[in-house]
Amino acid sequence: MTTKSQALVNWIDERFPLTSSIKGHLTEYYAPKNFNFWYFFGSLALMVLVIQILTGIFLVMHYKPDGTLNAAGIPVAFASVEYIMREVPGGWLIRYLHSTGASAFFVVVYLHMFRGLLYGSYRKPRELIWIFGTLIFLVLMAEAFMGYLLPWGQMSFWGAQVIINLFSAIPFIGPDLALMIRGDFVIGDATLNRFFAFHVIAVPLILIGLVAAHIIALHEVGSNNPDGVEIKKKKDANGIPLDGIPFHPYYTVKDIVGVVGFLILFSAVVFFWPEGGGYFLEYNNFIPADPLTTPLHIAPVWYFTPFYSVLRAVTYPLFGIDAKFWGVVAMGASVVIIAFLPWLDRSPVKSIRYKGPIFKGALAVFIISFFILGYLGVLPPTPMRTLVAQICSVLYFAFFLAMPWYSKLDKCKPEPDRVNFK
Amino acid sequence: MSVDQKMDSSRRTLLFATSAMGGVAAVATAVPFVASLSPSERAKAAGAPVEADISKLAPGELMTVEWRGKPVWVLRRTPEMLASLEKTADKVSDPESAVPQQPSYATNVHRSINPEYLVMVGICTHLGCSPSSKVAAGAEGGMGADWAGGFFCPCHGSVFDLAGRVFKSMPAPTNLEVPPHKYLADTMLLIGDDGKA
Repeated sequence: MTTKSQALVNWIDERFPLTSSIKGHLTEYYAPKNFNFWYFFGSLALMVLVIQILTGIFLVMHYKPDGTLNAAGIPVAFASVEYIMREVPGGWLIRYLHSTGASAFFVVVYLHMFRGLLYGSYRKPRELIWIFGTLIFLVLMAEAFMGYLLPWGQMSFWGAQVIINLFSAIPFIGPDLALMIRGDFVIGDATLNRFFAFHVIAVPLILIGLVAAHIIALHEVGSNNPDGVEIKKKKDANGIPLDGIPFHPYYTVKDIVGVVGFLILFSAVVFFWPEGGGYFLEYNNFIPADPLTTPLHIAPVWYFTPFYSVLRAVTYPLFGIDAKFWGVVAMGASVVIIAFLPWLDRSPVKSIRYKGPIFKGALAVFIISFFILGYLGVLPPTPMRTLVAQICSVLYFAFFLAMPWYSKLDKCKPEPDRVNFK
Repeated sequence: MSVDQKMDSSRRTLLFATSAMGGVAAVATAVPFVASLSPSERAKAAGAPVEADISKLAPGELMTVEWRGKPVWVLRRTPEMLASLEKTADKVSDPESAVPQQPSYATNVHRSINPEYLVMVGICTHLGCSPSSKVAAGAEGGMGADWAGGFFCPCHGSVFDLAGRVFKSMPAPTNLEVPPHKYLADTMLLIGDDGKA
């Protein structure tokens, strides 16, 4: 570095921790050297968040959160999305990036969470990283739900109608709570405007704060790895983990490979398959919201369907309270229970590589149940499907609630001292 | 802080008291923000009754009127349709309309003022979807060969008969709601006002 630029850096360092931050988080942040492809999804999630924020800013420049009808009898909000798609230069691309980005966000986050399950990334000392992560997932669901109302199509309207009415099932405060969420006696302009405010300001701010907390906590304790052994236990004379390599340049370069791979797939969807077969953009949402007619089949977007199935699976009233309230409780519990994993897993090892057949079997059953629940959630209910959803819901919860016992019973292999690396 | 310094407990008390008062003020400031989420005065006022001209409604036909942003159905029932209500009486969960989902003048078997005309809010009492009209009897609507006519909610499968009474073991907890209404003339309805409220 030339003396002049070094002088500038020194000037900044005396006033702001520039060099020490770069060292602490990048060039001297030591990550295990045995990361595999599962470790792409954290940085990819961050990139999708940036895509969503950037495209979102440009969409807000043209979108109008207005539920009233225009001169042609079309709701202004719906018409403004059509305007973006047809008349704003490049608008179609920005909008498809945003709508595909929503689905991509959940794909990446689900894979990122699955990685945590595989390698025990939630175990001590990473409990807080995991809790922040669960909160991010919860907030992301709220963000997606509110964003889905904005195009003001039939699925936007009736999906929100069903979900908001769920809150009215809560005893005592329910009806007033639903009224406060809607801001009117029916879903209307007031609802659309407040969802817009939450979707573009409040929830993204919370999301960014949680992502920062997630990464700060991660960099405090260091990353887990596919072997689930702590690299900080074996250090060289300089106090650097023997199995650690600096995040930059090694993992920045590796993550760029992941980004390129992701962008190839992402672009293929954006340019050739933006509706995702009716799963990324549901066909009924190309019809303006009509408060007088419900579409013949309504289903949530694919990333909500496993939890929606849990909701529908509860069909029995309990303690004199409606079944739909217990459905809401079960759906909430199915997300919140994820946060308790660090205390449910009593296995002596972290990684699936050294766990025994019981855990592997339980994880397989859990994943299969999750996929079946997701599949059932897009279909209209029949008595047979409800029964299958009930069985899968029980298996879903059993994976968590029985874990303290089966994870202890399991025959685990001994963990190695150092990470495996070829 | 050195160990020989004694804590000034009166200042500490003052500090706590001031913080507590500040906390009260902060909570009080939140009140208007939370209140602003409730329906506005305009939203509360926008519940004007609507008139519906039913003179052109043919027997067996259904029309939909918008009232307070919700669909209100007016169904002109044929004698056969009215007769079907006797057949469904033992299959529905509240045949006598004991749950107050209707004004007193519609608390009867046909759940209406005039047996011929059924006036009802077309919103499912489960989660608020609008049920589809399956008023024609028979197998054509896909509701089975012994279907006597009624309504089917596409969201979660609740089934209602031609008086909006919910069948047993359905997600919907109660019968469909009958709004307050009255006849201004033989074929002119006023929905949302029965002159009694």
